[in-house]
Amino acid sequence: MKEQSAALIVGVLVAAGVFLLLRPGLLRVVLGFVLLGHAVNVLLLAAGGLGRRTAALEEVGPDTADPLPQAFVLTAIVITFGITVHLLGLLRRDDGDDEPAGDGAATGGGGGDGRSSGAGGGDGGGPDGGDGDVEPVREGAPEGDVR
Amino acid sequence: MNDLLLLPVAGPLLVAAVLLALPGRMLLHRLAALATTAGVLVVAVALLVATSDGAVPVLRVGGWPESVAISLAADALSALLVTVTAVVVLCCLVAAVGSGDDRRPYFLPLVLVLSAGANGAFLTTDLFNLFVLIEVMLVPSYVLLSLAGGSGRGGAARVYVATNLLGSTLLLAGVALVYGTTGVVGLGDLAGLARDDPAVAVAAAVVLLALGLKSALVPLHDWLPRTYPVASPVVVALFSGLLTKVGLYAVIRIYAVVYGGDPAYHWLLGAVALLSMVVGVLGAVGEKSMRRILTFHMVSQIGYVLLGLALFTAASLAAAVYYLAQYILVKAALLLCAAAVRFGRGTDRLDESGGLSWQRPALGLAFAGAALSLAGLPPFSGFVAKFLLLRATAETGAWLAMTVAVLVSLVTLLSMLKIWSAVFAGDPPTSTAVEKRIGLPLVGAPLALAGLSLAAGLAAQPLLVVADTAAAGLRDPSGYVRAVTGR
Repeated sequence: MKEQSAALIVGVLVAAGVFLLLRPGLLRVVLGFVLLGHAVNVLLLAAGGLGRRTAALEEVGPDTADPLPQAFVLTAIVITFGITVHLLGLLRRDDGDDEPAGDGAATGGGGGDGRSSGAGGGDGGGPDGGDGDVEPVREGAPEGDVR
Repeated sequence: MNDLLLLPVAGPLLVAAVLLALPGRMLLHRLAALATTAGVLVVAVALLVATSDGAVPVLRVGGWPESVAISLAADALSALLVTVTAVVVLCCLVAAVGSGDDRRPYFLPLVLVLSAGANGAFLTTDLFNLFVLIEVMLVPSYVLLSLAGGSGRGGAARVYVATNLLGSTLLLAGVALVYGTTGVVGLGDLAGLARDDPAVAVAAAVVLLALGLKSALVPLHDWLPRTYPVASPVVVALFSGLLTKVGLYAVIRIYAVVYGGDPAYHWLLGAVALLSMVVGVLGAVGEKSMRRILTFHMVSQIGYVLLGLALFTAASLAAAVYYLAQYILVKAALLLCAAAVRFGRGTDRLDESGGLSWQRPALGLAFAGAALSLAGLPPFSGFVAKFLLLRATAETGAWLAMTVAVLVSLVTLLSMLKIWSAVFAGDPPTSTAVEKRIGLPLVGAPLALAGLSLAAGLAAQPLLVVADTAAAGLRDPSGYVRAVTGR
């Protein structure tokens, strides 16, 4: 049962993460990566076996939890966190710089924008709003496509 | 001897940390970065000598027992790649002094961290540490890429970070699946498991897929030509020597050890190799700037190395190792030439340049040598590499692969001739908007690399011996496995 629920959680997180990755706008891509990272963390924990719950450093028995996946997950969380901050920094710096025009038009502001600025808090609101605003600035830079 | 293994990883990291604490002292930064890289090179050569007879020195960091220690091990392949990347980093640092790139904030510490991560990835014996060290290498690369000026930089930086982050997430998921199916992540413990158990094969395939994305194998190559040309030219040379090659090394190592070179998948590797060769070289045909052409050729050349892996005979693996080592040098030489052109002319677009070989004959010489080597003409190392690979292909009777390899070489030569006639031959452009003097470091670095390629072609024997040892270790990884597991 524990394995099944872990599989379900991983599936839902990956689906949501991939959905966000495929949406325009860097903030949603960042959030998508956060969800994907969570999915992989759950996968790592599940790989160590979810049935064994006793603390690892006490007496070792058949029920002792596997400490290795937990160490993996800790390391992975730190790395994902650092890169997420870097991505947010990129987003902040490029705000109004060369945000892809086509994408902003495709979103058309609307519900998507409102939702993600709510999720991202005060910080997210600015750059994501900029997504639509910069639209007429520059069509150039073919690399400007986040997808 | 075994303690030496720690230096290529810990040395640059420590120096980078110290340099970060002492900002603004340019001379100190330059000297420290050059000295550290030179030190790594010396250590790497010592390791190369120690491993050339097939020995595998292993270090358990901190003296922990095998099951919990972070292990570093060098066989001939690892030592060779650490040596070659140290040469490339050294030349790129020299070129960065010439182009002024190293004046950007934190440039030198970032390069040191990048090289530490790459060296660690070459030396590690464990899939999870491979993931961590690839991250150590990628994080500075994210910053280095976005340091460069120019239009479209923000977008390219985002594509780059997003692609590599996806690759890392996939890699971690693959490691989790491998751990879930086997309960171990050490390469030594995993030896041959993917050949015996289809579940492990699927899990390790996720790892290989992620590494394929990082080494820009075709169908996963599209991010590379989109993002690399936007970075500063010296940084591109650095990336080409380190980033994709680490992915390629890991593919080779994992396929050889974990899959035990399972013949069931040779057709798949071969197909990816041929596709990479063809798509990369054809992509370059339509491009109009030096860096863009050269980055597309990166994709194509990676295909050659993979072809050697796909055949998985002793001769083809030796050819792949030799090819990989010399190709890293040649490609860095070409990209450093592009950096010099870009520095002198303010652009590396083909239609805005010309006549450079009259003004800077040494630069023309460096480019000509490296370009001929890339196309595979004697007496350069590229000829030896292609000859070995084609001979190995002929021995196994893979005539289609052989035909494709020869044809792709011809198109490569065509691309190189295109650059030569547009940038180096002919008359200088009439409107010289930007005309800066290309200093000695910017010319010397590619010239030195091209010279190494010539030396590796004329006196190929020492490198061939190393490549043979490395290939033997890949064909039969039992020595590596014994050393790593300590059993």
